[in-house]
Amino acid sequence: MRRRALLVSGALASLASVILRGVGFGRESAPRTGPRAGYFPNAILRTHENKPVRFYDDLIKGKVVLINFMYTNCDGLCPRQTANLAAVQRALGDRVGRDIFMYSITLKPEEDTPKVLQEYAKSNGVKPGWLFLTGKPEDVEKLRRKLGFVDPDPTVDKDKSQHIGVVLYGNEALDRWAACPALTDPTEIVRYVLWMEPKNKQAAD
Amino acid sequence: MLSRREWIKEGLWSIPAFHYGLGTLLNRRISNEDDKVTSPPTRPFVVELPIPPVAQAIQKLDPAPDPAAHQRYSEFPPRVFYEIHQKEAKHSFHPDLPENLTWGFDGIFPGPTFHARYGEPIIARFYNDLPANHVGFGIPETSTHLHNAHTASESDGFPTDFFFSGQCKDNHYPNIYAGGDPREALGTLWYHDHRVDFTTQNVYKGLVGFYLLFDELDSGHEEDWNPGLGLPSGDFDVPLAFADKAFTPDGQVFFDAFNFDGILGDKFTVNGVIQPFFKVARRKYRFRLLDAGPSRFYQFFLSKDEPGKTSELFTLIANDGNLLPAPLAVQSVELGVANRMDVIIDFSNYKIGDQLFLENRLEQTSGRGPTGKIPIGDAILRFDVDRDAADHSRIPSKLRELPPINLSEVVTERRWVFERSQGAWAVNGKFFNVNEIRANPEQGTAEIWTLKNGGGGWSHPIHIHMEEFQILTRNGEPPAPHEVSRKDVVNLGPGDEVRIFIRFRDWVGRYPTHCHNTVHEDHAMMFRWDVTGRNGENPPSPRVFGTRILP
Ligand SMILES: [Cu+2]
Repeated sequence: MRRRALLVSGALASLASVILRGVGFGRESAPRTGPRAGYFPNAILRTHENKPVRFYDDLIKGKVVLINFMYTNCDGLCPRQTANLAAVQRALGDRVGRDIFMYSITLKPEEDTPKVLQEYAKSNGVKPGWLFLTGKPEDVEKLRRKLGFVDPDPTVDKDKSQHIGVVLYGNEALDRWAACPALTDPTEIVRYVLWMEPKNKQAAD
Repeated sequence: MLSRREWIKEGLWSIPAFHYGLGTLLNRRISNEDDKVTSPPTRPFVVELPIPPVAQAIQKLDPAPDPAAHQRYSEFPPRVFYEIHQKEAKHSFHPDLPENLTWGFDGIFPGPTFHARYGEPIIARFYNDLPANHVGFGIPETSTHLHNAHTASESDGFPTDFFFSGQCKDNHYPNIYAGGDPREALGTLWYHDHRVDFTTQNVYKGLVGFYLLFDELDSGHEEDWNPGLGLPSGDFDVPLAFADKAFTPDGQVFFDAFNFDGILGDKFTVNGVIQPFFKVARRKYRFRLLDAGPSRFYQFFLSKDEPGKTSELFTLIANDGNLLPAPLAVQSVELGVANRMDVIIDFSNYKIGDQLFLENRLEQTSGRGPTGKIPIGDAILRFDVDRDAADHSRIPSKLRELPPINLSEVVTERRWVFERSQGAWAVNGKFFNVNEIRANPEQGTAEIWTLKNGGGGWSHPIHIHMEEFQILTRNGEPPAPHEVSRKDVVNLGPGDEVRIFIRFRDWVGRYPTHCHNTVHEDHAMMFRWDVTGRNGENPPSPRVFGTRILP
């Protein structure tokens, strides 16, 4: 599984746009396998490097991932969370981008263009392997609901600031998913993410 | 949640909107509407109620337990040994559905029932034989918690003390009264997985079982009226674990991994099967009701002849597994997640051929908690009165005295607010962090804790490990009669504020307090507190035995 993740990530880093062109950009009918192939949309998003990516095929399939929602024009929690996740990225070191992937999806795709996201990523010391993502508002909304960032109270649900506090972590190959607050102690988030790979011999503490 | 008095006052209890839960569903919402799941239809009352088998002790453990791994081991040397294997196995929820692969203690859901006695310390060795590369919900890493047990920290199943497939761990259950006081006796306990962030999934997968604790008073022998209480025993002492589940159209258990509010199912299982029937004799039975979660609240009524028709009286004898000072005649019992309520139903009031329905009349449409309405009810278990039988049991007018609340022992007051925070769940504004000790009570002292619902219309059943508490006030008022009890889970409805008296005796080390809507718990509504010994004693580290080769 690790070897496959490595290959996919290598492709992502350098060849994503080529691959997409190869399969026909805008088509969602590429072959999809994996436990959540039928669940996650394959919507096309754009990274802060302005590369098109398909949500399921390119970002999720077979990978260990961390996913959260944010928006750049947010003076409340987002900066603290982004800083916290940057600490997570530093602690995970070069595993991020190799076999662990981090995704931050904007809740305000109209404002957060790839360019805006790129500046935001740069100013937050974001390194490779952590993508900031934008897309069509309806795609982002669908993703938000699919990923469970919702509130049963419609008024609360409309308030975007209510959906930025949680980071989802999982391993799609094992269909293993959990979530924790994005402001959890970064060393704990790192432990949680590393627990996502099956292992028999590691002690819990 | 409405009290019974309020139900009656509101006239709600007479609303006759009922159905048998024939696959139409209600009371269910998942995080995204397009993925809404309605379980396939199942015929009600075609499966007989299964009773989990009693766990069988073994002669000795090999290798022998390590005395250095446990607090006060030499004071409470184990006399009874168990080996329990957590494993995957086929399970039938209902003949109208295909078999499912569930996880269970000894491969069954619910697991075997421990029959334990005060004065007989136990070592239970829990093996994790779950599939290491499991795909799907549930994580094959477990930490077995004996809910309500007065145990040392290293045997408590702390959320991060989990162990992996191929490993095993010994839990020492000394079966001692807190402070040596028989008034602190526990009765109906349950064991379940507590793996941090994955408790909901692993419990939903089936890692649940009962642990019954007997002593001189609650002796487990109904003929014993002195010193025993003579409560219904043996085949007439029946544990009932309630768990709601959802199923995919092809009949596999459905778990919504992308829901941080609470998980509801449209199928109601009792002891692992959907809507069973139970043949009963014309005599008294003790039922030990457990809300095994993950997120549903129940208010159970008993109706004769057909669902929703009558509200029969029955007798509440224990709250959270603890015998009340005296029995209470009730028309309903309420359970939040992890609550236990022991009731006695006397079927000698009915004729052979009569049918009675245990039904839930509390509406809940999301993880938020009950709406307080009862527009619809669910008949979950049918009792078929089919024979006469001898009955040597009784319901004595006094059960177990409560230990006194001595406020002069109180050294500290603490306030804990349970609140929603940015789509997750916090206590006093903070998320669970295993490394952060949020309270440090000293062994042998008592404290007053105020547990406050942080708002938003959510309900939270709050559970405190290690030692039980008593409620001083609920919203400034003395507790209702059924809450004049020792407790380990207190329900905080919207706006509720509950003050409790709690002692910290016998053990040192770390313990959690958390919401037992386990979806809230898994999304950080939990905190760690450590009991410090008077002389600064430290507990031994939890000891996990090495990797075995699984067959
Ligand atoms: Cu809660």
